[in-house]
Amino acid sequence: MAELNAIELEGVVKEYVSHGEVVQAVKGVTLDIAEGEFFSLLGPSGCGKTTTMRMIAGFEEPSRGVVKLHGQDVTNVPPNKRDVNMVFQSYALFPHMNVWDNVAFGLKQRRTPQEEIKRRVGEILEIVDLTGREKRRPREMSGGQQQRVALARALVNRPSALLLDEPLGALDLKLRQAMQIELKRIQREVGITFVYVTHDQSEALTMSDRIAVMKDGLVEQLAGPREIYERPASSFVAGFIGTSNLLSGVANGGVLEVGGGRVLVPEREGDVTLTVRPEKITISAEKPDGEVSVVPGTVTEVVYLGTYTSYAVSLAGGTEVTVFQQNAHDARNIAERGDAVWLSWQAQHSYALGS
Amino acid sequence: MKRLTPYLLALPGWMWLAIFLVVPMAAMASVSLQTGNAIDGFAMTFSVSNYTDALSRYSTQLVRSLAYGGAATLAMLLIGYPVAYWIAFKGGHRKSMYLFLLLLPFFVSFVLRTISWGFLLADDGILFGTLKGWGLLPADFHVLATAFAVIAGLTYNWLPFMILPIYVALERVDPRVVEAAQDLYASRTAAFRRVVLPLSLPGVFAGVLMTFVPATADPVNAQVLGGTSNTMIGNIIQTTYLTNLQYPTASALSFTLMAVLLVGIFVYARVLGTENVLEAAAR
Ligand SMILES: Nc1ncnc2c1ncn2[C@@H]1O[C@H](COP(=O)(O)OP(=O)(O)OP(=O)(O)O)[C@@H](O)[C@H]1O
Ligand SMILES: [Mg+2]
Repeated sequence: MAELNAIELEGVVKEYVSHGEVVQAVKGVTLDIAEGEFFSLLGPSGCGKTTTMRMIAGFEEPSRGVVKLHGQDVTNVPPNKRDVNMVFQSYALFPHMNVWDNVAFGLKQRRTPQEEIKRRVGEILEIVDLTGREKRRPREMSGGQQQRVALARALVNRPSALLLDEPLGALDLKLRQAMQIELKRIQREVGITFVYVTHDQSEALTMSDRIAVMKDGLVEQLAGPREIYERPASSFVAGFIGTSNLLSGVANGGVLEVGGGRVLVPEREGDVTLTVRPEKITISAEKPDGEVSVVPGTVTEVVYLGTYTSYAVSLAGGTEVTVFQQNAHDARNIAERGDAVWLSWQAQHSYALGS
Repeated sequence: MKRLTPYLLALPGWMWLAIFLVVPMAAMASVSLQTGNAIDGFAMTFSVSNYTDALSRYSTQLVRSLAYGGAATLAMLLIGYPVAYWIAFKGGHRKSMYLFLLLLPFFVSFVLRTISWGFLLADDGILFGTLKGWGLLPADFHVLATAFAVIAGLTYNWLPFMILPIYVALERVDPRVVEAAQDLYASRTAAFRRVVLPLSLPGVFAGVLMTFVPATADPVNAQVLGGTSNTMIGNIIQTTYLTNLQYPTASALSFTLMAVLLVGIFVYARVLGTENVLEAAAR
């Protein structure tokens, strides 16, 4: 028997009527999320991430399509009868209750015996490192602490899946990174499915088992982080995930002529758009030999960024290419503004979009 | 200088209070301890008999006022809360319009509005007269000059003051917090009882304060809608002062009413106004 997916969406559409006009927030999303998976919904603002998540939680009813939890159709089941819990972007803690009562809320609603409530709330507060803060009110806590209360309040119910809508959005960079590690640790410890909404691509890449990249209410690509990064399905994905260089032209005999250079294109003929990640490209003053893609250009900008330096190189024909070079021990840049340089990279680092 | 600025800005307010609240109160307090009559003049005798007399003579009206005021406040709460809730959560982008409609009656004078209710509720007026004509009501049916009419009038007149503070409190409740409760297995009723209601209690608290005090002290509704057997303490104070010219008695009565209301409010605030109650309500 095949194992049941924790969450399944089948052709889910959500339409809103605003000012007499029908707006499609989600235009048809189909995806399966496996048991215990860390699954991210990634995309720019307004692409429908929150709406998708709210349909899984049960706050919105899909206009069309089916939502299944563990193989059961829950499309019309209200949120209080669904075995998933949500961590809101704004935390949505109960302002009139202290930490303990916030966390115990779900268990009390489910009429859990007093003894068990005590034990489980104590345990989860320990996991999120809030023991000793039980009597605090939400407004007496820092953003990071509130975030952990919100997490504990959902986790204590041991839901089959946890939905997190940009839970780290309100935190500063340092705390954000600490919480990312924390979240990952907690997910490993409790072993439940996490559905994670974010518009921060590095967050999605580092934390997820799989990522659905969304655009305008549709899933643009659904794959693991490495594949999304190395083999983006479209120029949108390539541009959204990290920095990416796009080179277009007509491939002929395994070679694409770009700005006076030769780019190797295996297995493709005719019109093609290639992506090359900036860190895969090498800059040199001399034309390199060997079976590599080679393109000449002129350095237009040099930005020192600590561990690496970012070069903007403009090719004949106007295409801009970004190149990252690791900073070696000698403090000199490989090239300066105005230098004529050669760019080169291995054939396998050119990836043809849509293949 | 910087540190003084807030105090300086508050100065006009303090002056206003000093002149228009403290001075008249002091004058009234002094009058309440005098004896005499309007023709021969009043003299300060520091007699507290004004108070004891007033209390023993008008205790019925005082108790009645508190009862009517309390009943009207309760009625306002029962009617006003759902209205405030509806505007806050279902009002959508028409919220301001609904609030405006709520305040619309205030563009007509208070006394006039109450008198119109008198017409409306008259035994043979448009409403009851017609219904009686059709035989839908017994001929001796009447509402005017009953306790019900007075309480209804009070309820009608101060209802917006109950609705507005509750609305403000409900409006501030984050819908996400309500969703969070539902997400954590609370039914709609449970989410209301344990999240929305406790968060709106400060509004209820303010609404009750803003309506109970003026409703209890009001003379107009009892006079216009209550007939002779529903006299409230406000009517007594008015006649004693304006008709009978017994200034000391009227002053003593006013102070008594004020003291009773202040004690009531104080107890009420102690019992309901603390965070502990709000928290307990959420349990
Ligand atoms: N209640 C609503 N009524 C009308 N339109 C809505 C409603 N909720 C969302 N939308 C629209 O649906 C689209 C998707 O919204 P959604 O909140 O899902 O975006 P998102 O991906 O979560 O964006 P963000 O990253 O900014 O949170 C947006 O264009 C939004 O304007
Ligand atoms: Mg969102």
